[in-house]
Amino acid sequence: MVDLSCRINDDNVAAPVEPWVTLLDLLRERLHLTGTKKGCNHGACGACTVLVDGRRVLSCLTLAVTCRDRRVLTIEGLASAESAHPMQDAFARHDALQCGYCTPGQIMSAVGMLAEVDSGMPSAASNVTHPFEGRAGLTESEIRERLSGNICRCAAYQNIVAAVREVSSIPASGDERKISEQEFSEV
Amino acid sequence: MHPFMYVVANSINEAIELSHDRPDSRFLAGGTTLVDLMKSGPERPSLVIDINQLNVLTSIEHSDEPDALRIGALSRMSDVAAHMGVRQSCPAVAESLLFVASGQLRNMASLGGNLLQRTRCLYFRDRSFACNKREPGSGCSAINGENRNLAVLGISPHCIANYPGDFAVALTAFDGVIHTSSSSGNRSIPARQFYTLPGDRPHIENVLEPGELITHIVVPLSPASKNSHYLKVRDRASYEFASVSVAAAMELEADGTIADVRVALGGLAAIPWRAIATERILLGKRFDDAATIKRATDAVLSDAKPQSHNSYKISQARAAIPRGLRIVASIAKSALAQKGS
Repeated sequence: MVDLSCRINDDNVAAPVEPWVTLLDLLRERLHLTGTKKGCNHGACGACTVLVDGRRVLSCLTLAVTCRDRRVLTIEGLASAESAHPMQDAFARHDALQCGYCTPGQIMSAVGMLAEVDSGMPSAASNVTHPFEGRAGLTESEIRERLSGNICRCAAYQNIVAAVREVSSIPASGDERKISEQEFSEV
Repeated sequence: MHPFMYVVANSINEAIELSHDRPDSRFLAGGTTLVDLMKSGPERPSLVIDINQLNVLTSIEHSDEPDALRIGALSRMSDVAAHMGVRQSCPAVAESLLFVASGQLRNMASLGGNLLQRTRCLYFRDRSFACNKREPGSGCSAINGENRNLAVLGISPHCIANYPGDFAVALTAFDGVIHTSSSSGNRSIPARQFYTLPGDRPHIENVLEPGELITHIVVPLSPASKNSHYLKVRDRASYEFASVSVAAAMELEADGTIADVRVALGGLAAIPWRAIATERILLGKRFDDAATIKRATDAVLSDAKPQSHNSYKISQARAAIPRGLRIVASIAKSALAQKGS
C-alpha cells in the first residue's frame, strides 16, 4: 500500500492505495465518483478523460499513486453549486449525445482542449510554423482533430462539434482559464 | 494487473540505483505504453520506478552554437510540439509529435517513452498467440496471420512487427542523438544505431541496457531541417498509426539542384528506416527531375518483402515518398526566394 494524498474536485483525499490501482478505478470503485466512465480501459476511447493539474489525461492509463499532491478534476467537480458549466449547458442544448456514455469524457476533453487552445497549442490541423491564434482559429476541422481521442459510438459528432463551437466563441476569460491556472493547495 | 512494488525516484542517480541489478524493473513516465501493456500482460515488472518528479529532464532548449534542439526525455509530446523553437527550426519534428495519438495521450506521453513504444502487432499484445517478441522461441503468429499493418522492410523469419512510432522516424532523418545515464556512466547513441533489427532475437528492440535511463535527445539543425515536413498516411485522418510515413527535408542551391536531402520512413519497417539510397541518388540532382525521384523512390523499396495482406504499403510508399519530396522542395524553393529577396 502507498499513502496517497491528492485533491479531487473540492475534496482533499488521503487514502492508502495499491500501486496497481488506476486513477479511473480509484475514482469509480473507491470514491464512487462514477461520472468518469470506463470504456476500453486501454487508452483508446477517451471515456475516462479527467483533468490533472488542468491538463486532460486518460485516467485508465494513470496509476492513482502518481497523482500524489496533484489536483484532479472530474465531471462531478466541473459545475458550480449554482449552475452547470457552460460546456455541459451547451451539450444539453445541442443534444450532443445519444446514449450519453462517452459524454463526461467528451465534456472534460473539450474543456481541457479549450485551455490548450488558449495557451496557443497547435494541432495536426494547424500550420505548425505559425503561432496558433487561439479561439479565433478554432475551425470545425480544428475541433474535430483536437477531439479525435474521444470516440462516440452513437456518432453524435455533428452536435458535439456544434456545442464546442458555441462555447469556443465565448472569449477566454471564463472557467477554462481558471481551471488551467488552478494551483494545488496544501492538503 | 500483476502486483508490483512502486517507488518514486527523486533524482536521476536514485532512479539508476533503484534499477541496478533489477532487470525486471521499469521506469514509469507517462505510462501510456507501460500501464497498457501491464494490463494486457506483455509487461510484468516487479518494481516500477516513477521518474515523473525528475523536473531536470523536462527542459526544451534551442541553442545556436551548435545549432541544435536539446529536449529533456521527460518532456511531454504536447509541450515539445507546442514549442515555437521546435516548430520553426524543424517542423517535421513538431508534426511527427502532433500527428500522433490524441490530445490526452500527447499530454501524458514523454519523449523518452515515445522512443521506446512497443509494436502494435496484435499477436504481441494478445497472450493467447505465439510471439517471438513476447516469448522468445514461441513462434510468430503474424506471418501466416492478419498482417495488414505489419512491416515489409527489415523483417526476419522470426518477426514481421513494425515500429509504430513517428517521432523516432523524424529523429532518424536528422541524425538525432539519444543521451542516457546508467550505473556505468553516460553515453550518447545516434538514433540510427539505437534500434536493432529483429533477426533471430526480436525480443531485443534497441541497444539500451537494463537500468539505462534516457535523459535527453539532441536534434542537430541545418538549413534542410527548417524546410522539413512529416507526411503521415493512415487509415483515418486522425488518431491512427501510420501505414506509411515520410520524414523529409531539403536544401536547394540557387540553380535548383539539391544541396541536402533527408528521407526516413515510418510504418512499413521493423525500425525507423532512413532511406540513405534515396538520398544518395537525389543529392546534386534537380528537385523537379521526376525520373530521378522515381528511381530514388524505387531504390529504398527494392528490398521490401510484402506479406499476404500488406503489399499495399509498397504502393503507398511509392506515392508518399515523391509527395513528401515535392512538399519539402516547395518549402525549400520559398526559403530560397526569401533569401534572394
